[in-house]
Amino acid sequence: MTTHDLLQILLYFTLLIALTPILGNYMYRIFTGDRPPLGLYLGKLENLTYRFAGIDSHKQSDWKSYTLDLLYFNLTGLVVLMLMQLFQAHLPLNPAGLPNVKWDSACNTAVSFVTSTNWQGYAGETTLSNFVQMVGLTVQNFVSAATGMAVLLVLIRGLMNKCNHGLGNFWVDLTRITLYVLLPLSILYALVLIGQGVIQNFHPNLAYQTVEGVNQVIPQGPVASQIAIKQLGTNGGGFFNANSAHPFENPTPFSNFLEMLALLLIPAALTYTYGKMVGSVRQGWTLFTAMLLMLLVGLCLSLYAEYSPNPISGKLPLMEGKELRFGISNSVLWSTATSAASNGSVIAMHDSLSPLSGMVAMINIMLGEVIFGGVGAGLYGMVIFVLLTVFIAGLMVGRTPEYLGKKIQKFEIQMAMVAVLAPNLIILLFSAWACLSNQGLTSLNNAGPHGLSEILYAYSSAAGNNGSAFAGLNANTLFYNVTLGIGMLIGRFGILVPVLAIAGSLAGKNKTPSSSGTFQTDNWLFVGLLIAVILIVGGLTHFPALALGPIADHLLLNNGITF
Amino acid sequence: MSSKQNIGLFNRKLAYQATIDSFSKLNPAQLIKNPVIFVVAMGALLTSLIVVSDLYHHSYSAFNLNISLWLWFTVLFANFSEAIAEGRGKAQAESLRNNRTHTTARRITGESETLVNATDLKKGEIVICEAGDLIPSDGEVIEGIASVDESAITGESAPVIRESGGDRSAVTGGTKVISDRILIRITTEAGNTFIDRMIALVEGAKRQKTPNEIALSILISGLTIVFLLAVATLPAFFAYSLNASHLPLSGNLTLPVLTALLVCLIPTTIGGLLSAIGISGMDRLLQRNVIATSGRAIEAAGDVDVLLLDKTGTITLGNRMATNFIPEEGVSVEELADAAQFSSLSDETPEGRSIVVLAKEKFNLRGREVHPINATFIPFTAQSKMSGVDYCSEDGSLHRIRKGSFESIRGFVQHNNGYYSRHIQEIVTRLAQQGATPLVVAEDEKVLGVIHLKDIVKGGIKQRFAELRKMGIRTVMITGDNSLTAAAIAAEAGVDDFMAEATPEDKLRRIREEQANGHLVGMIGDGTNDAPALAQADIGIAMNTGTQAAREAGNMVDLDSNPTKLIEVVEVGKQLLMTRGSLTTFSIANDIAKYFAILPAIAVTLYPGKNGMGVLSAFNIMHLGSPQSAILSAVIFNALIIVMLIPLALKGVRYKPVSANVALARNLAIFGIGGIVAPFVGIKLIDLFINL
Repeated sequence: MTTHDLLQILLYFTLLIALTPILGNYMYRIFTGDRPPLGLYLGKLENLTYRFAGIDSHKQSDWKSYTLDLLYFNLTGLVVLMLMQLFQAHLPLNPAGLPNVKWDSACNTAVSFVTSTNWQGYAGETTLSNFVQMVGLTVQNFVSAATGMAVLLVLIRGLMNKCNHGLGNFWVDLTRITLYVLLPLSILYALVLIGQGVIQNFHPNLAYQTVEGVNQVIPQGPVASQIAIKQLGTNGGGFFNANSAHPFENPTPFSNFLEMLALLLIPAALTYTYGKMVGSVRQGWTLFTAMLLMLLVGLCLSLYAEYSPNPISGKLPLMEGKELRFGISNSVLWSTATSAASNGSVIAMHDSLSPLSGMVAMINIMLGEVIFGGVGAGLYGMVIFVLLTVFIAGLMVGRTPEYLGKKIQKFEIQMAMVAVLAPNLIILLFSAWACLSNQGLTSLNNAGPHGLSEILYAYSSAAGNNGSAFAGLNANTLFYNVTLGIGMLIGRFGILVPVLAIAGSLAGKNKTPSSSGTFQTDNWLFVGLLIAVILIVGGLTHFPALALGPIADHLLLNNGITF
Repeated sequence: MSSKQNIGLFNRKLAYQATIDSFSKLNPAQLIKNPVIFVVAMGALLTSLIVVSDLYHHSYSAFNLNISLWLWFTVLFANFSEAIAEGRGKAQAESLRNNRTHTTARRITGESETLVNATDLKKGEIVICEAGDLIPSDGEVIEGIASVDESAITGESAPVIRESGGDRSAVTGGTKVISDRILIRITTEAGNTFIDRMIALVEGAKRQKTPNEIALSILISGLTIVFLLAVATLPAFFAYSLNASHLPLSGNLTLPVLTALLVCLIPTTIGGLLSAIGISGMDRLLQRNVIATSGRAIEAAGDVDVLLLDKTGTITLGNRMATNFIPEEGVSVEELADAAQFSSLSDETPEGRSIVVLAKEKFNLRGREVHPINATFIPFTAQSKMSGVDYCSEDGSLHRIRKGSFESIRGFVQHNNGYYSRHIQEIVTRLAQQGATPLVVAEDEKVLGVIHLKDIVKGGIKQRFAELRKMGIRTVMITGDNSLTAAAIAAEAGVDDFMAEATPEDKLRRIREEQANGHLVGMIGDGTNDAPALAQADIGIAMNTGTQAAREAGNMVDLDSNPTKLIEVVEVGKQLLMTRGSLTTFSIANDIAKYFAILPAIAVTLYPGKNGMGVLSAFNIMHLGSPQSAILSAVIFNALIIVMLIPLALKGVRYKPVSANVALARNLAIFGIGGIVAPFVGIKLIDLFINL
């Protein structure tokens, strides 16, 4: 590892920390009713949207009708996206003349983009038309991210309301988040990326004959616009199969740095927004600190593993599967950040990472995608763990546990446990099924513990709505398309709905003013406790499986045994 | 008094009964109420069946038998903890009830009187009690006045007066009338008296779980499901790994091993002790002579952050005391003290006695000879608002000494053609501003001076309030005094706030305001007019001497009628919650060591490395003897830790009035760090012992 690598990592985290309050404050203003600098024009657009869609923007929903609106919207998105794929041959903007998509793959992809997972069982450029990519996928990239943020907003309102069940209006939240946060940021990002050389056109694929005389087809398309939101909205679904390792998606070291920053930008800034909205910036920084510490520990472990000589070849550096243009440090930083952020875009093949850094990526997902996590989703997942921590540790101060003045009681714990159970259920049950069935095992490329890691990673990625793949596993089969699809749905809505329910329950409660008898949730001790609870709940659940997968893989490698 | 005596933690008789109960609690209908322990019991049953089926097929595995036995022990230990807590609580409540079970009551219907069993009495019926009778059930005096010996429930031997009307009309079943005759209307159905309700609260089978206990049960049940999933899917991952290591599938995990792993991982420690903790919380309350009418109340007690405290009796000693004599110009202080003492000699009020004592202490006055012939004591009357003495001096002239409020003494001296000076009025005003009560003394036409009567703040109460403040609890003093007096006492006692000239309606309004701001309010009261406030408060403690209405409105009854009890009740509530949290943390922290014991043991053959051992043996950092002894040690530790923690569950974690941060840091160090380390040590020791 060179000084240059270290400096770059340092710069990366400095910028992340510096941008958090800036963007966080901007979002705070938007979420509390302000309009951005260009508000006059966008405001007209906002009002027009409401009038066009027939939305009463002043209507407040309780948690149940908010949830229904949200589910209705997502279901519609799912159906539309699926239909687009099933009939893409008959739709415009299909210069390459791609055929209709098979039903199980279309279903998987639709679920994947609606749930903000962006798992891609297909190769983008050879499967989907520009129309589907733009009108289908990119739209879902925006609204699935906005959905996650809207749920977070409801949770915050639930925490702040005093005996008041009005939790906002889904349509207004969706419109404002998209219009004032995601769109301006994406346009800005897309413009910079185009400046760096990311393509944005509607040309048909270019056919060339190389100097070796081989015919090559070079796909074209509106890439920059999709990449911007793909990175910012923790979506991760690439235009090209190679994802961000493709030079048209990620041409220069600068674009690489920007795209890496975009992975964590909004989730990190949201912690600040959260703190500001709940009335204490410290509360936000506390969660940020817990997330950052876990991320850094994982990153260090990954870097250590990648910079250690391979026990078998004894050689350094290990370049297999890495992004050769940007080097090991960038590949590892990206893999850690993308798995933590529930993004799932990749520049290196996670399958080829050393067992330990592969495990770090897997653990980042298995812990519930709360290390920054998806936009909105990461933070509301984190708040679930906060509630559990407050409940377990808060009892030790001799009071009914409370968080931000809200008593944490039966219903909240019930819902929190559902949210914790849902993704773990998927990971464990489906992985076990895959291990026992032929359909599951025939897709494997690797034998030995690494094969188990591939299966575990796939279901973790689905349940955590991450979308990155360990590769090595051919997941575009009926078995995997269906099970992963179910996994993504449960991983998304199995957490999202309980969170909304918790918000509804909290909203109806009074707020206990804080005193010296209150369990403090904004100090270092709490950071430690929170991390401990996340590690213990996540760790104890998955430790046996991890031991048989990546850990055994690592130990065997040290023993010089491969498969 | 029976409940005052401390029942030893493992009193032999109780332990014997509890042991029997641990077996009768194996009844599935009862086990299912505790999901964690139910899962253990199912595991025990399953492993037992495997042992039996093995025997049937002429094979025998000592390991399986051991696992099965220790799983049963785990269940029994958990049952035992509940049974012993229940036994202790019942023993204490039972001794209260015993008195009453064989009582007969004289029931009045119309004109006739019939003898009935106390247990057959119905609500609304009227009974008569005369000297020597035991009061058959809780009720209200509707006619007459009597002195009642309540030592059976309060331990206080001095009899108390119970009379119809007013604030002292409630009587408790099991207490004894020692004089006079009263008519009592029964206010509770048989089997629903306070003591009956208390007994129901400590009886495991009938006990309603409290809200926080339910939430905690959900958490640990949720964790149980998580671990059930982790363990249930393990054979699949094992099958894959066995295949990959080219080992036969027959080497897959056996059911006893999986069960052992599951039981070690699920939070059995807290699951086993949870109900014992709840019951013993009730029990500790009972030891303090407080009867809770719901389990919810004791939990809420820990949450209370505003205490409404009556000034009199809680913050100040019940009565004002003389603290100083201030003479009129031209009068010596001894002269004033002498007159004040003489006028108070037969004044049996606490104020009067305090004047005698003060004069004695300050000026060594022993009191004049009191000759009944020439001294007549004039008692205080509501009309005169004075008391004093008339006496004949040696020269035969009649003198009158009076003490009383300044208005009445002014009238008295002016009536005698005396002069009430401006100087005296200044003293009176000054004392009143300090929150004291000035008592003016005059002899015939001459004002002698002023006695400074003061509310005496209880010793140590200021420090107590400081402790409460540290715990984040605000104290509000309630008094009927004017705000000047109230402010002075409030400052002296160190309360955070006060309400002067408070009416019952004010109290109720204050409670509602505090609650609207998110506070939980605790108060203690006795009168009928306190009933609405007691009902509104989150914790309403009614004094046993109070009215039936007050006792019904509150959610606790303090048998000692001691107003400072409120503070102790809060402490019991906090201790209960702390104990739950601490043992939950301990239980979860234990899992780390158990993984390190069991995982390398079960994976010992998988993926053999260079040394021929499975590579995952690297996790065997405790260097446990053999895979089987490792698993067994973890299971044994898991069972024994329940027994070892029973005393803690019954007594509660050590409680100190400190801030939340300090309490958290301390409990975390003991139960968090301790919970991680203890099983490493424990499992290693058990393993060494097994492999001896």
